[in-house]
Amino acid sequence: MDTTQIADAPPPTQPTTAEQKRAARGATRPGDRIFLGLSRGSGILLLVIMAAIAGFLTYRAVLAISKDDGNFLTTFEWNTGVNPPVFGIAVLAYGTIVSSIIAMVIAVPVSVAIALFLTHYAPRRLRGPIAYVIDLLAAVPSIVYGLWGALVLVPHMNGLFGWLNDYLGWTGVFSWQGGAARSMLTVGILLAIMILPIITNVSREVFRQVPQMHEEAALALGATRWEVIRMAVIPFGRSGVISASMLGLGRALGETMAVATVLSPDFLIHTSLLDPGGGTFAQNIASKFSEATEFGRDALIASGLVLFVITLLVNGAARAIIARRKEYSGANA
Amino acid sequence: MKLQRMNRRALALGALAVSGALALTACGSDETGNPSGGSSNAAAQSNIKCDDASGQVLADGSSAQKNAVDAWVKQFSAACQVEINYKAGGSGAGVTAFTQGQVPWAGSDSALKPDEVAASKKICSGGQGINLPMVGGPIAVGYNVPGVDKLVLDSATIAKIFDSKITKWNDPAIAKLNPDAKLPNLKIQAFHRSDESGTTDNFTKYLIATAKKDFPYEGGKAWQAKGGQSAPQSSGVAAQVKQTAGAIGYFELSYAKDGIKTAAIDTGAAEPVEATVDNATKAIAEAKVVGTGKDLALKLNYATKADGAYPMVLVTYEIVCDKGNKAETLPAVKAFLRYAASEDGQKILAENDYAPMPEEIITKVRTTVESLS
Repeated sequence: MDTTQIADAPPPTQPTTAEQKRAARGATRPGDRIFLGLSRGSGILLLVIMAAIAGFLTYRAVLAISKDDGNFLTTFEWNTGVNPPVFGIAVLAYGTIVSSIIAMVIAVPVSVAIALFLTHYAPRRLRGPIAYVIDLLAAVPSIVYGLWGALVLVPHMNGLFGWLNDYLGWTGVFSWQGGAARSMLTVGILLAIMILPIITNVSREVFRQVPQMHEEAALALGATRWEVIRMAVIPFGRSGVISASMLGLGRALGETMAVATVLSPDFLIHTSLLDPGGGTFAQNIASKFSEATEFGRDALIASGLVLFVITLLVNGAARAIIARRKEYSGANA
Repeated sequence: MKLQRMNRRALALGALAVSGALALTACGSDETGNPSGGSSNAAAQSNIKCDDASGQVLADGSSAQKNAVDAWVKQFSAACQVEINYKAGGSGAGVTAFTQGQVPWAGSDSALKPDEVAASKKICSGGQGINLPMVGGPIAVGYNVPGVDKLVLDSATIAKIFDSKITKWNDPAIAKLNPDAKLPNLKIQAFHRSDESGTTDNFTKYLIATAKKDFPYEGGKAWQAKGGQSAPQSSGVAAQVKQTAGAIGYFELSYAKDGIKTAAIDTGAAEPVEATVDNATKAIAEAKVVGTGKDLALKLNYATKADGAYPMVLVTYEIVCDKGNKAETLPAVKAFLRYAASEDGQKILAENDYAPMPEEIITKVRTTVESLS
């Protein structure tokens, strides 16, 4: 009511054009003007820096790709030290996407289950310690995950791999030749453990925001606790869980040291997820960078740009999914 | 509020874990980084000529020679007022740092290429970058086959194993070379390096030079053959060989510790040759100097059949300017390289599982070091 009254009232005096301009800019006193200049400058500087980085990376990538003897997108080889150099990202793109998908398939359901348990099932005394342990998981450096993976996880995967081979080996996807379990599936499992904390934490916060009234209304209609979760909590939290998963996916796509330590990389695409081999963008950059020549580094930069594009596409897709489910977002509750 | 407090506590604990891990790794590298024996300390220090060397020297390059440089630095800095900081960032990084003028001296597993020499002329006013062969290293073929304590291989068999053409340990080709061994019916797990490496470069050069038919690849720092498994760094390959039954892999001899057995090579000499530093020095003696002027780049003779010459060797170079070194670092670099090439400096190498340079080559290195300006 108040605002409409003010808007309807005629202006007391007609301001001069100079005053109008100044008011539009919002800078009337020197302090305001300096602050405006600083903040605007910072904003522009950020854009300039980003453009410069992008320009530099693209320039170096184009330099490398123009000398590539193979096809940058389809060659199954990475050899920049020979003349003419041959390199391609097919295996890296495949490995990055497959290992991330495995990680998501494992981590998202587990994370959502943990988040629901913490917000709706766990006794109050347990909530604190469990959340604390999950936070701790996120604080472990990735190289430590890598070492743990190589020394503990890999030797203990044989049982699972044997079981998968016995019952699902006929699919070809889970056939196993024996030997060390340094394969895409192991990497996916390790990545799942690494992205679990972030998905769990964000999901927990989202589930906590579910309006109490929704749940009480469902309970009043005679819903069981599971039905409350299914009908009130999960639909409300869906877009939040998707955002959380995308954060996790971002980490899985770019994970470097843990993958480099656990995987046995090669430049072949294996039909079986249990065969050692494959590779990811970040892992390949980490393992080739130190001995690479300047040209080799340009080639690695080119592969990094592709990872950047994939990440952008994934984020765009996630935003599109969330936008379609606006009605459930926290802002409208 | 509660969540915030929780996060802060988690952060503190995480920080504790990180710093703990850092402290642990620091201890670890101290122990492995400087394994030089204390016995020769006093004698060595008295022979080091410092001249007017002083200050700080940064260097970068090959990780293959890191342990050797560490051992030298320990002796050298005890005698002279020079702080030498060798960052083992890899041969590629070392050469780049050198040609960009960031370091006065770099370590590299391969000699400078023509375009790198051209780039070095900008840094060395009136001169150019030269290669000084200073450290040799035998590349051992380590294996893990239960019940087999002695294994003899030749280059063709090694090539076929690493190219996945021989896949079982009881293959007739291996059995023929090892008539006395009880070879199991076990799958061969051949491990190569997943990172680019001078070790891979020299190992494949050996296979190409001696078994071109069985190893039809171009060679280079990146592994090219398909199949097999891989692991990062020599230490990674050695660890995989140690823990995987049926594994075989190549790495520098110093990593063949803790019960990893190494294969002897049938080179065509009277007896199969074991991977030892002495045998590596004998093979390096067969090398020819191919560098011109003061450059002492070597061409190794991988196909040597000399008795007791272990042909799978790696020579790492120190790269400096022959003329036009920076005045502030020249005395220190010169004094350090003089010590490294000296009898004492080369003797320390063998204590660290590196191969000293043969007499004929190291004499030339000493003359060249004295002429640096």
